[in-house]
Amino acid sequence: MILNKILKNTLLVLTACLILSACATKKEVATDIKGQMQGDVYTGTDTVEYLAEGVPDRVFFATNESILTTASRETLRAQAAWLRKNPGINVVLEGHADERGTREYNLALGERRANAAKDYLMTYGISSDRITVLSYGKERPVDSGSNPLAWSKNRRSVTVKAN
Amino acid sequence: MFKKIVSIFLILIPVNAFALIEVDITRGNLNPLPLAVSPLSIDEISKKSFQKILDKENIGSEISIIVENNLKTSGLFNPLDKRAFLQAPDIANLKPRFEDWNLIKAQALITGKVNYVDDKLRVEFRLWDVLAAKEMMALAFTTVPNNWRRVGHIISDKVYERLTGEKGYFDTRIIYVSEEGPKTQRIKKLAIMDQDGANNKFLTLGNELVLTPRFNPTSQMVTYLSYFKNMPRVYLLDIETGTQEVVGDFPGMTFAPRFSPDGKKIIMSFAKDGKSDIYTMDLENRIVEKITNHPSIDTSPSYSPDGKYITFNSDRSGYQQIYVMKNDGTDIKRISFGNGLYGTPVWSPRGDLIAFTKLHKGKFYIGVMRTDGSGERLLTENYYQEAPSWSPNGRVLIFYRETKTNAKGEGFSAKLWSIDLTGYNERQIKTPTDASDPSWSSLLSN
Repeated sequence: MILNKILKNTLLVLTACLILSACATKKEVATDIKGQMQGDVYTGTDTVEYLAEGVPDRVFFATNESILTTASRETLRAQAAWLRKNPGINVVLEGHADERGTREYNLALGERRANAAKDYLMTYGISSDRITVLSYGKERPVDSGSNPLAWSKNRRSVTVKAN
Repeated sequence: MFKKIVSIFLILIPVNAFALIEVDITRGNLNPLPLAVSPLSIDEISKKSFQKILDKENIGSEISIIVENNLKTSGLFNPLDKRAFLQAPDIANLKPRFEDWNLIKAQALITGKVNYVDDKLRVEFRLWDVLAAKEMMALAFTTVPNNWRRVGHIISDKVYERLTGEKGYFDTRIIYVSEEGPKTQRIKKLAIMDQDGANNKFLTLGNELVLTPRFNPTSQMVTYLSYFKNMPRVYLLDIETGTQEVVGDFPGMTFAPRFSPDGKKIIMSFAKDGKSDIYTMDLENRIVEKITNHPSIDTSPSYSPDGKYITFNSDRSGYQQIYVMKNDGTDIKRISFGNGLYGTPVWSPRGDLIAFTKLHKGKFYIGVMRTDGSGERLLTENYYQEAPSWSPNGRVLIFYRETKTNAKGEGFSAKLWSIDLTGYNERQIKTPTDASDPSWSSLLSN
């Protein structure tokens, strides 16, 4: 009798787990289908501006990360090619973080993100003399929303013409 | 500047040392001590003189209101309604009829007198133990009339100290960042105000972004981060003269500044090539020392009150955690081991605790732990809050809290809050604009 009850409870818990995990998977798929985020890296074009045709001005990062995604590297290679064609143009790399972190740590994180972009541009032949790094931490969000999508747009390094 | 102005002239009467009333501030006080703050009495001539100078109807009752508010916001005292008082202020100050005050259940009574003497404001006050029918303390101050608010704060500090056995924190100021405008284009200015929100003043114009102001030990200087000319650097500001200067000559961003406890050095982070390390600069000889050297982010440094240790946060373990090291950068030990991320450690002025911000499962907490990381206690939980700063007696923390925006990105606000070390008595501190990054001064008078 007691055993029976335990078994029944276990079964209930198992079912609950299954339902929950199914939900979680479904949700992830949903955001991917929307084409706005992969993992928690922004993949949309909402906020993106262009330095020239086919040269997006920004790359996006995962939470607390400064690793460049495949898409980010592609963007930066396009920027490097454009910079090589326009040797008179210098740039500022503006590093940003989302609002879900302490202010001072985010300043450092923004600097680290902008430097990840800088390092990549340098490996594609852009002299460090032409690049200035400027971190804004979480001070200049591009999207004022308090949700994962807004945060993903704000975790970014933006290449801005300096002259 | 502040210390010069108010001088405590004399202790009127030596009072017997045995106190019958005692307030325990080490635990949450759910039964605040009922006390009566009788309006300070004032004669007609003095009243008219202060009306002319200060444009206040009755400076005696104005000062007593300050005392009342301070004691009330401490959460330890319950000032009783003045309408229930039976005895007139002037007579009460001479000799309270204790049975009258007992009747309204006051356990302590504050009385006093204000005079206009040689263009100055003279205030005397007495603290009485109602149950024992005894005077506990009597003091008099003379100062320039414009200092009347400070007199109220000093009386509050004396009463607090006499009844709790610990120094008060009312004659203090808060420096903070005033915020206005949309979240994507916030305009930020340095602002300073009295601890109770009065005398708010802006110190910068808002032309450039400013962040994280912190007082030096005498509360006359402030170190902060400014984006002047789009170069984020640590600055030093003399509040009295308004002089500003950049701290050190670093080829990149310096940030997260604080003073050493002796006020001689500034400790801060310097970010370069994706790494942030901790540096100090001696303000006298300008010698710069590198304290940490690690490819990770090391920031938010804060000295222990004896200056021998430094606490900071670092992501050298992979995620943001709190560490303690000797002041030369040796003997680095991680002290936060709970779930989540830990940041903004600040050493208590009493030396025994470190306050911090914790991020766990999408919530932000303000908490405290002992300096070896044991005894972690979370005081408050919210959507977003950070950057605790200690009251000079180490009993209260001030921090800022931001609200979530709605789907349209509207409804954002940032406000200052305070909470007792016990986790009780959470209060918003009113500011004319939105506010963040508060830093509490030391006691201006001692």
